[in-house]
Amino acid sequence: MDKSKDCGCNEHPSPKGLNISTSNVNILSSMDKIISPCSTQTFDATAGHEKPGFKLCSYVDSFIQTHAGDIPIIKSRLEKNDLFSTFYVRCGINRYQYTVAPGLYGIGNPDKSCEVLVTANFKLTFDHLRKQLSKTNAWILVLDTKGINVWCAAGKGTFSTGELVKRIKEACLEKIVDHKRVIVPQLGATGVSAKDVKKQSGFRVVYGPIRASDIPAFLKNNKKADKKMRQVTFNLYDRFILTPVEIQIVLKPALIAALILFIISGFGPGIFSFSGAWERGVVSFCALVAGIVTGAFITPVLLPFIPFRAFALKGIIAGSVLAVLSLAAMASAVNGAAGFLALFLFSVTISSFLAMNFTGTTPFTSPSGVEKEMKQYIPVQICALVLSSGLWIYSAF
Amino acid sequence: MKELRYLEDVSTLVLDEEKCIGCTLCTEVCPQAVFEMRQGKACIVDFNACMECGACVNNCPSEAIAVSPGVG
Repeated sequence: MDKSKDCGCNEHPSPKGLNISTSNVNILSSMDKIISPCSTQTFDATAGHEKPGFKLCSYVDSFIQTHAGDIPIIKSRLEKNDLFSTFYVRCGINRYQYTVAPGLYGIGNPDKSCEVLVTANFKLTFDHLRKQLSKTNAWILVLDTKGINVWCAAGKGTFSTGELVKRIKEACLEKIVDHKRVIVPQLGATGVSAKDVKKQSGFRVVYGPIRASDIPAFLKNNKKADKKMRQVTFNLYDRFILTPVEIQIVLKPALIAALILFIISGFGPGIFSFSGAWERGVVSFCALVAGIVTGAFITPVLLPFIPFRAFALKGIIAGSVLAVLSLAAMASAVNGAAGFLALFLFSVTISSFLAMNFTGTTPFTSPSGVEKEMKQYIPVQICALVLSSGLWIYSAF
Repeated sequence: MKELRYLEDVSTLVLDEEKCIGCTLCTEVCPQAVFEMRQGKACIVDFNACMECGACVNNCPSEAIAVSPGVG
């Protein structure tokens, strides 16, 4: 394998690569004098950055020399491995270990006058940001948010004033840029106090747009965000893309629930019957699946189209529809009205609970509202579950 | 957010207009367009859109805004 490919750097060292530290960069006046060790031939942009035991990250294109040391320049184009890992993370696989190293990066051809964009060290966030910056020269200051996105990290206190100030100092930002501003994503405001950052670091916080895709327009517009850039949205695609994680989270509890279902289904006239456990277990398992599908998938995706505001109630509405449909399909396998009612209640309760759980994923529910909803609906859900279990055992006799 | 609304009258958001110095930062950081500037002072124009994220509270230089949600 080609050596340069192996280390994930420029595949074809080019004259552009040769100039990587000097073209349009005026950070060091002495920079023009820096001569690469192999200047007669091609210049490997990452030469001299190899360290035993370390591997260069595939998103690093080259390094730029500054007064504060060498800073990695990252690629704005996502590669195949980025897209694969995005897919895994969207499915909830290893999503808490999906990080980039915090610190300062550059993109394009940044110089002393370029803006500093602050972001989180969740790689999904990092990738999302860099792919929007293909025509932008900027510095990117990555905070250590333990692999959590900007908004959630701001809420949990890792995307914070203290962390921002610490990273500004550690990166020696005052040696990198000749201005005193950092652009913080608007959603980071939940964890950052502009006033305190200024006091503690001398850097002024400018709140950038919510979406990374608006950054080029924001920068062009003299760092002014219009109203649309400042408002959060939650469209059909946003809701859909979040559902695999909702389902993944529920898989383990669902497995335990299924085991309990098979045991309960075995109770009958002969105290316990294995054939009963299997036959009735399968039917109740289908009711469980229907509840999960409506609560963790259908309700989130169709959220604005399902009546009522409370998520638990939305889950009941959507869950009822699918429960009736699926029970009608399994009619021959259920004996009597008690059995029907038991499965109906069970399926709807699961749907209602999971729909309520989705409040934590949406960008418009208030903690006070969720608390009110939980106080109202959790007792109802518990009653329905107890009633459903009783009816299900009763229906076997 | 216009198309998606949550429960009404639950937010714990309080704005003390007396204390407001008109810096406009709350209108900038709020992701739900809860605030608007009127006659040089911030005022709440969409109370029920508030999701108690605390961005405004954190950035208000004159401590004119408060939210006090329980443990979310």
